[in-house]
Amino acid sequence: MKHLHKILFFVLLTVFIPVVNVYANQPEQKKEGPKEKKLDIRAFILEHISDSYVWHFTKVGEHEISIPLPVILYSKSSGWHVFISSVFHKSPTYEGFTIAEEGKYKGKIVEKDASGKEVRPFDISITKNVLSLLFSSTLLIIIIMGVARSYKKDPLQSKTGFVGFMELFIMNINDDVIKPCVGKEYKKYAPYLLTLFFFVFINNILGLIPIFPGGANLTGNIAITFVLALITFLIVNIGGSKEYWKDILWPDVPIWLKIPPILPVIEFVGIFTKPFALMIRLFANILAGHSIVLGLTCVIFLTVSMGTAMNASMTVVSIFFTVFIQFVELLVAYIQAYIFVMLSAAFIGLARVEPHYTNKEVKI
Amino acid sequence: MLMSILLQAAAAGAGVGLTKLAAGLGAGLAAMAAGLGIGKIGASAMEGIARQPEAGGDIRMAMIIAAALVDAVCLFTIVVCGFIL
Repeated sequence: MKHLHKILFFVLLTVFIPVVNVYANQPEQKKEGPKEKKLDIRAFILEHISDSYVWHFTKVGEHEISIPLPVILYSKSSGWHVFISSVFHKSPTYEGFTIAEEGKYKGKIVEKDASGKEVRPFDISITKNVLSLLFSSTLLIIIIMGVARSYKKDPLQSKTGFVGFMELFIMNINDDVIKPCVGKEYKKYAPYLLTLFFFVFINNILGLIPIFPGGANLTGNIAITFVLALITFLIVNIGGSKEYWKDILWPDVPIWLKIPPILPVIEFVGIFTKPFALMIRLFANILAGHSIVLGLTCVIFLTVSMGTAMNASMTVVSIFFTVFIQFVELLVAYIQAYIFVMLSAAFIGLARVEPHYTNKEVKI
Repeated sequence: MLMSILLQAAAAGAGVGLTKLAAGLGAGLAAMAAGLGIGKIGASAMEGIARQPEAGGDIRMAMIIAAALVDAVCLFTIVVCGFIL
C-alpha cells in the first residue's frame, strides 16, 4: 500500500487526540419484572452444557419432567452414602450434604468439615455425563462388536448394508489417516486410534440430538477431553523410541543451541503443549457449537417482549439459523474426531522414529 | 479520542465495564483472525484445484485439516474470553 503511513497517521490521530468528554452511567441495578424473571441467557446456556445430578427434560407448567440420578459419595467423616438425588427436592440438606449454590463448587454436592469449611466428598455419582458416557460406550460396543461378528461368521463375503457402510468408514480412517500418519507400526496403534475416533464421533453426534438419551454435553466437558489427551500423551511418551527422546533432549543441532538449553527447553515444553492443544481444540469446538445453538434458541424468548410481529419473524429466523448451525455442527463433529485422531497418529508416528544416518556416520 | 474515552471509563471506576469490553474485543479479534486465516487457506485451495482438478480430493482434505487447526487457535481465544466475561 502506497499511502499506508498516511492512513496510519490519521487513525492514530483519532485514537490519541481527545475531542469529547464522556460520562459513565451508574452500573445498572438488576431489574426484575413484577411477575416474571428476566431471561438470564448466560445461566441458561451454562445450565444446559454443564453436568448435573438430574437429567432434566422439560418443564410442563409448574411440573418438572426429569430423571433424578443416583448419588454415590464417600465422605471422610461419615463413610459411604448412596442415595437418589431427588432427596434434594424435599430438603436442601440431606445427611449433611447439600448442593452448593455459589462459590467454587457451585452446583456440586458439598459438606461442611470440622472447621465449617465447604469441602467436596469423594464423588463418584452417576451424573448426567456419566450416564451419557455409559450409554454411548454401550452403543459403541454393540455397533462395533455386531459388525465384527458379521465378519467372523463369513469373512469372505462382501458386506452390504450397515456392515458395508461401517467397513467403508473404518477402512477410510485406517488407510487414509492411521497408516500414513503412524508409519510402519500402524497395526499396533490402530485399535486405540480407531476406538478414539469412534468414541469421539459418537459422543459428538449424541451431543447434538436434543432428545434423551442424547443431548448430554460429553465431549464439550474438559474432563473427558483431558483424559483422551492424557492417554495420547502417555502412549506417545512411554512408547517413544530412544531416538525420539534423543531428538528432544540432545538434538543434532549446532552446539550454541544446546548448551544454553534453548532448543531442548522448547522441545520439552512442546511435549506438553501438543496434547494440551488436542484437549482444548475438541473441548472448545464442541462447547462453542452447543452454546451457539442454545443462544440462537434463546433469541425466540428474548424477543417475546418486543411484540408479536417481531417475535414471529425472529422465531422463523432463529429456527432457520439453528438448523443451519446444526448442519455445521454435524460437519464439525466428524472433522474434530478426524483431526484428533490424525494428530494423535502423527504424534505417535513421530515418537516411533528410527535413528537416521547423518553425513558423519556414512563411511565409504 | 478512543484513548481518552478508555481512560475516562477506567477512571470512573467501571472495573467491570472494562473487563467486559476486553472480553468482547478479544472475541471479535479472534473471529476476525479465524476469518482471515481460513479465507487464505480456502483461497489457495481453490487455486490449487483450479490448476489441477484431479488433485481435488487430496487438496480438499488438506484444506479441511488446515482450517480445523487454525480454527482451534481462535477457539482457544474464545474460551479465554469466556472465562474473563
